[in-house]
Amino acid sequence: MTDDIIIRIRDLKTAYGSHTVHEHLDLDIRRGEIIGVIGPSGCGKSVLLRAITGLKEMAAGSIEVFGRRLETLDEHERSDLEQRWGVMFQDGALFSNLTVRENVEVPIKEHTEIAPMLRHELADMKIRMAGLGADASPKYPSDLSGGMRKRAALARALALDPELLFLDEPTAGLDPITAEGFDALIRSLQQALGLTVFLVTHDVDTLYATCDRIAVLGEKHVLAVGTIDELRAFDHPWVQDYFCGPRGRAATGH
Amino acid sequence: MSVTTSPGFALEESGERSTLRVTGDWTVMTINTMDDGLRNLRTSFPLQIDVTSLGRIDTAGAFLMDRTLRAAPEGSGVIGEHDVARRLIEQVHAVSDPVPPLRAPDHGFTALLERTGRGFMGVMSETWSTLAFLGESLTVTLRLLMNPWKLRWTSIVAVMEEAGLDAMPIIAFLSFFVGMVVAYIGATTLSEFDLEIYTVELIGYSMLREFGVVLTGIVLAGRTNSSFTAQIGTMKMRQEIDAMQTLGLKPMDILVAPRIIALLLMTPALTFVATIAGIAGGVVVGWSSLDINPGVFLDRLQASVPLEHFWVGLSKAPIFGFVVTLIACRQGLSVGGSVQSLGKATTTSVVQGLFAVIVLDALFAILYMKLGI
Repeated sequence: MTDDIIIRIRDLKTAYGSHTVHEHLDLDIRRGEIIGVIGPSGCGKSVLLRAITGLKEMAAGSIEVFGRRLETLDEHERSDLEQRWGVMFQDGALFSNLTVRENVEVPIKEHTEIAPMLRHELADMKIRMAGLGADASPKYPSDLSGGMRKRAALARALALDPELLFLDEPTAGLDPITAEGFDALIRSLQQALGLTVFLVTHDVDTLYATCDRIAVLGEKHVLAVGTIDELRAFDHPWVQDYFCGPRGRAATGH
Repeated sequence: MSVTTSPGFALEESGERSTLRVTGDWTVMTINTMDDGLRNLRTSFPLQIDVTSLGRIDTAGAFLMDRTLRAAPEGSGVIGEHDVARRLIEQVHAVSDPVPPLRAPDHGFTALLERTGRGFMGVMSETWSTLAFLGESLTVTLRLLMNPWKLRWTSIVAVMEEAGLDAMPIIAFLSFFVGMVVAYIGATTLSEFDLEIYTVELIGYSMLREFGVVLTGIVLAGRTNSSFTAQIGTMKMRQEIDAMQTLGLKPMDILVAPRIIALLLMTPALTFVATIAGIAGGVVVGWSSLDINPGVFLDRLQASVPLEHFWVGLSKAPIFGFVVTLIACRQGLSVGGSVQSLGKATTTSVVQGLFAVIVLDALFAILYMKLGI
């Protein structure tokens, strides 16, 4: 069903100067799934995320999000579209001069007419939903640990109840237990809110714990898409190393 | 994007229970109109929220309903069929522990006393840590000066160029114009008594004793101070200073001492340039408006303004340079993890630098007057 494709990428090409990052890249993301994007360092996972969200201009091809092509939208339609997705950047990218609550309130304040009191309540709810205590609300990002900053960034990404959530390395730099908690959080939020999640990661455990499907990026395009079991059977040296190497085996218990 | 319908609710009270029928889309974009009505909703019976005719709902809408349920009497709940409403409300309820009410800010006399006390203690601890930093910087600098082979000459020379040589045109320019202004003021006032020639003394005294060195201090406080604080502050913010310490390098030796030594050397040179430029400004005005020939001007300057005034001015220069650098480095090292603290430290640094230059100059004026110099 075409309606269920929330992101449709066709023949994407992106480049920095003469250095091509992606070429002839095709990818479909279905509504309501968690798709993990993996690949060797420098293969352009984050660049793909930036291209879909319009932060990086593509050199050729097309990207449709919610059935709309980004480059055809005017400023107003673009802003409407941006309210339907949330992005969590790798190191949080929280505004350092605002408290955690104010960070979460930024999109609510900008795009809705909700009164301040309800805005506080909603922000605090999102903060707790992201797994932070209420005592974190008045703190500044510099007072938080790395894991707490990621949770705060997730709360901000969820502020407007997006349908689509982009997560860039959500568990990088977290200790295994915190990372595990974060994986469970993503999974439960996805189920509760019916989110579609685009997850860029290096972490094999996160893939196993959260993802419905996995896209492997390499050689400038998508090498393979499928469930973990499908990918384990996929004959490509990097994919084999990834899933059947010591870390991959440890994560699957094989 | 599908069309949204505006949300609404209707309260029906019948027999022993109240039913709240919700309609329309309850999303973060639409619920702003529902807030007040639901906040003030009071029912004496258990409340049931009927979600049968509810349109779309998200966590914000679910939050409002959950908040209403939490405020309602025991036994309240959700009735009716809806795809997601019940699950979302449960999800939201799970994370909505009652928030402890914020402590009301108390106003009045006690608050005033508290603020005063905090302010005073803040000033005390600021003074204390400034003195501590002064002591540490002095010992480090003296220790390094005793062992000159340990000095980092490359960075000293780099700072001398950046903070000294590069500032020279600005200082000379400013001082030249201040010299002109002083000469004009002198000329207009003194011409009433036909004593225009005393403009020479006016320029000589003011430039040699005060303006040369004060202008240098002010430019250093504005220009060098902010750049030192920003440099060191950025390094602190990016944990470079922590990295230095773990590598066995001492930030005081590497960052602070070279800057102090460079400015100790350069401030007198800058003051000299400023003084000369100021006198030049005076000479130009004297020549163009007062018919005082430059030769006559300089002869008179030499004859009537003793050299000791020059030394008085110059003696303040290293102190100003030292204090300004000290403030800049201390503020730089006080930067925390946030971008905001960097901005704040830079501002504080410039303000304290300017303050210190002016106050120190006044103290010197009193000191030299008492000493009769």
